[in-house]
Amino acid sequence: MTVVDLPLARSSERTRTTAWWGVAMVILTEGTVFAILLAAYFFLRAASKDWPPPGVKLPDLKTAVPASFLLWGSSLPIFAVEAAARRGRWGVVRAGLLVSWLMGATFVASTLKDFQALHFGWRDNAYGSIFYTIVGLHAMHLVVGLTMSLVVQAKSWLGRYSPARHASLEVFSLYWHFVDLVWLAVFPSLFLSVRWR
Amino acid sequence: MSAALLGSTSVFQGAGSEGRRIVGLWWLMFAMGAAVYVVVAGLVLTAVVRGRRRARPAADSPTADDRFIWIGGLAVPVVILAVLAVVTVTTTSNLRPVRAGELAIEVTGRRWWWDIRYPDQGIRTANELHVPVGRPLDLVLTSADVVHSFWVPALAGKVDMVTGQVNHLRVTVDRPGTYRGECAEFCGLEHARMQMLVIADPPDVFERWMARVRSGAGTTPEDEMAARGALVFQREPCGGCHTVEGTPAKGTRGPELTYFGGRRTIAAATIPNDPKELAAWIRDPQDVKRGAEMPPNGMSAEDLDALVAYLESMR
Amino acid sequence: MTVTERPADPLEPAPPELAGDDLRELWEDAPGLVGFFTTVDHKRIGIRYIYTAFVFFSLAGVSALAMRAQLASPNSGLISPGTYNGLMTMHGTTMIFLFNTPVLAGFGNFLLPLMLGARDMAFPRLNAFSYWVFLFGGMFMYSSFVVGHLPDGGWFGYVPLTSSTYSPGHNIDVWGLGIIFVGLSTTVGAINFIVSTFKLRAPGMTVNRLPVFVWSMLVFSFMVLFAVPAVTLAEVLLELDRLAGTAFFVPSLGGNVLLYQHLFWFWGHPEVYILFVPSIGMVSTIIPVMSRRRIAGYLWVVASLVAIGFISFGVWVHHMFATGLPPLAISLFSAVSLVIALPSGVQFFAWIATMWRGKVELAVPMLFCLGFLLIFLLGGITGVMVAVMPFDWQVHDSYFVVAHFHYVLNGAVVFPIFAAIWFWFPKMTGRALPERWGKVSFWVMFIGFNITFFPMHILGFLGMPRRVYTYNDGLGWNGLNVIVSVGSAIFGLGTLFTLAAVLIAARRKVPVPDDPWAADTLEWATTSPPPVYNFAAIPFVEGRHPLWDVERLRRARPGAEADVGLEVDGAVGRSTPVTSGIDTLPEGVLHIPAETWVPFLVALGLVTLLVAALVSALTVAVLGLGLAVGAATTWAWRTEADLR
Repeated sequence: MTVVDLPLARSSERTRTTAWWGVAMVILTEGTVFAILLAAYFFLRAASKDWPPPGVKLPDLKTAVPASFLLWGSSLPIFAVEAAARRGRWGVVRAGLLVSWLMGATFVASTLKDFQALHFGWRDNAYGSIFYTIVGLHAMHLVVGLTMSLVVQAKSWLGRYSPARHASLEVFSLYWHFVDLVWLAVFPSLFLSVRWR
Repeated sequence: MSAALLGSTSVFQGAGSEGRRIVGLWWLMFAMGAAVYVVVAGLVLTAVVRGRRRARPAADSPTADDRFIWIGGLAVPVVILAVLAVVTVTTTSNLRPVRAGELAIEVTGRRWWWDIRYPDQGIRTANELHVPVGRPLDLVLTSADVVHSFWVPALAGKVDMVTGQVNHLRVTVDRPGTYRGECAEFCGLEHARMQMLVIADPPDVFERWMARVRSGAGTTPEDEMAARGALVFQREPCGGCHTVEGTPAKGTRGPELTYFGGRRTIAAATIPNDPKELAAWIRDPQDVKRGAEMPPNGMSAEDLDALVAYLESMR
Repeated sequence: MTVTERPADPLEPAPPELAGDDLRELWEDAPGLVGFFTTVDHKRIGIRYIYTAFVFFSLAGVSALAMRAQLASPNSGLISPGTYNGLMTMHGTTMIFLFNTPVLAGFGNFLLPLMLGARDMAFPRLNAFSYWVFLFGGMFMYSSFVVGHLPDGGWFGYVPLTSSTYSPGHNIDVWGLGIIFVGLSTTVGAINFIVSTFKLRAPGMTVNRLPVFVWSMLVFSFMVLFAVPAVTLAEVLLELDRLAGTAFFVPSLGGNVLLYQHLFWFWGHPEVYILFVPSIGMVSTIIPVMSRRRIAGYLWVVASLVAIGFISFGVWVHHMFATGLPPLAISLFSAVSLVIALPSGVQFFAWIATMWRGKVELAVPMLFCLGFLLIFLLGGITGVMVAVMPFDWQVHDSYFVVAHFHYVLNGAVVFPIFAAIWFWFPKMTGRALPERWGKVSFWVMFIGFNITFFPMHILGFLGMPRRVYTYNDGLGWNGLNVIVSVGSAIFGLGTLFTLAAVLIAARRKVPVPDDPWAADTLEWATTSPPPVYNFAAIPFVEGRHPLWDVERLRRARPGAEADVGLEVDGAVGRSTPVTSGIDTLPEGVLHIPAETWVPFLVALGLVTLLVAALVSALTVAVLGLGLAVGAATTWAWRTEADLR
């Protein structure tokens, strides 16, 4: 036998699947998208005399703040889900995913409702254009995340996961944390920083 | 067109305060660049020739390799780049300074011509920039439509004419002459035909030109032909886009035409300004310059001749 | 990692667990057209990338020749201004988006798994997907050619020229959406390269043993991830302005036209290095082989690749020196633009040092590498010059800059690509290229190149601006323009000799040995062309130059059967080992998915959506979206099984 045999004791440490790495790279480039959009926001703002333009009423904080905390909070059940999946506690996984999904969906619904209440349109001026684009793009990411969650939830109900193998759940968790983190940068920039001057 | 109608386009002219310094910088960089090229290309060719003669590779020597790479690839370039950095900083700090007694001239890029105003003197012209030699100029540059770039190679580096933004180019012309200006930023269909002449005259000549343009003398038709042309001009839709001072024609979409007869070229330095070319231009501008926005004119030959005579008479 | 059993006699042949025929059965694609559309084999996809890119290369070349015919004489009426501007726009767009980037991705696709000792990429289906997206994106961009309205806003499409006010036609939309679409392909490809390099390296291929070409693809990929979003956003915002009526670039509504330029060049300058880095990775692979020795200063070569990757993100403003930015800001960018010359200098002297102590063989790939060195040297020197901002104010947007960037983008990218073709063609096809045709091709190209592009420097000094469809007689530009035009025809002819060589090789079918250049990297350890499964047994890497360090690995190919290789935890079927990122300890196996229609269908759905949205065919758009989403969902659903 001339093929070299190697002892392949699988590492007891948790290793990341290629899918996890792939999504991590997607997040890297998506994160750049949001970073550049925020840079564009501040560029337009620096180049304008008035920001927002005269006559534009700033978006309301009354629903935006609680909704934002709801979104950030939706990451907490996901942490529990990840731990539960590794231990094979599928009841916790299903419940956690559902709770998180409802929190995220509530946020999206509230964003859409806020859009209707805004006093400016996206064609009115560059402020409106960049505001709608950033918030809208983030909402689109949430919708993708919610869809992924549905697929993952279906898989967990159908018993397609095992404690060792649940790559799509890991991938979804990572993505969901990312989308929450993005809002941590977007919300202060778009909703709060315009108020400090 | 003859050389006088074309104007010089060579960077090497160095006829302006900026251009001259940049030419000096170029020759310094050329000397350094040529030396680097000869030495490094020499090393490449020597390595190949030596390497071909060998029967087998020489013994590995990582230290020798590293020393070679560090010296050739890092140490020497650092020195060269440091020199260049110093030269860049000193040259740049000497360029485009604000000086006392500047003559402000507003140049606005349009598709595809140049709108020129002397705000303090209250005059407007197009496609021919008259400047005095020796007096600092403050060229106030912007665009009325898309991004253009103002470039007179013989005088100075270029400055973009950016929509919604005003840029300045400060330069002093050192030598009298005719220099060609060009749009250097792609601005659509007729980008190639967006050129201009810069006519730099000694101060007294420039002042005479300025005085005449301000006076309005010579713009009322004197002979019968020109008088008829003036009527044609008013009857046809010319005045919707063009301005002739002292007449009802107040359009600003096209080039100012007062003192048109004194200009050397037509259509942003595309063709010489003579009666034959002018007549052809008026009849069918798109035949000369495809993208020109001026519509063709189907007037009678007599009217056309009169119109040409009128325009050429204003000088 | 410990090796429990070493072969007593490496030369003694022994039957491996799974013979080549069994593997072949497991791996082979369906025959004929079905296999063509469903394959996920990185080699087929890589080669497909290369020839598709060369189709676009020829289109770009023909448009260049047409432009040079127009410019050969002053006031020429050969080509109308509108057509010229379209050809000029599509020449640049094609060369950057549809030739240079994808052809490098093609070589990366073919070579990366082989060099890593893997059997495919980390995401084979995604790999097929990125090819289809590239192909459809390219066809989409050229579809405007068919309807007669070429995109004509220049290859960087500055606003407001490309706004709906000044460019009302759909040609700009086709261009903008095409760029977004092709960017998707590049990004997906980059993710694949990164994860493959992280996770699929053969055991023993630790970080300091990674081939330079793999390093260069890694740097390329990370640069893509950070740079491409900027151009995608530039075009997304442009299209929102055009199609939805937003105000990003409308100054009267608080928009800013320089925002577009910043976004474009934040991608645009790194992009130059995105193309350059894999090219020098190829050169750094070929020169040592042709010098019969290791590359000098491996560490410095790799470090300079990484440094280029970082520094290239700090130089974009040197494309905007004339836009009236504050002097302090542009001084900073001027300084950084000078600094980026340093890693290139290190790189250059590493090549010289390699040849200096080597035994140089002037085979065709080496000739192209030498041509590259002499051309890139000049392009690099003029690159330093244009970083000096007062000088840039003069030559910016003149023919001097046209000369400069053709020296770096044509000379320093296309020449290495030709070197790569001559170097790896035998590996890809198992056939020999006629050497003499290659020598002729090189010399004609090299001479034609310099006749074409060198006089352009002088034209720039004589004041000839970029992108003019004609010029006046009497400006002193006529003679040089004739020379340039003649040179471009010679250069074009030179490329045809290589095409002819490929056709001759296809006819003559002269077989080549598996390792004709006696090279060092793992792709030469298998047959030419490699079997569908690449390696019968996974190689175990014991040095930076596996085939030079471990002579016996040469026989790891299925013909002679593997005598050194690994049985990795069941990686005997349709799978490849996954190893840990730093020390390449085996972690498990990655099952390689079977051939599938899914990637093709998702890409088809997306391009249908794109076309339908543009012509406002709602039903078709919904069908396209449905196809894409439906196919993507099947894909996601099946993922779990494949990861086991």
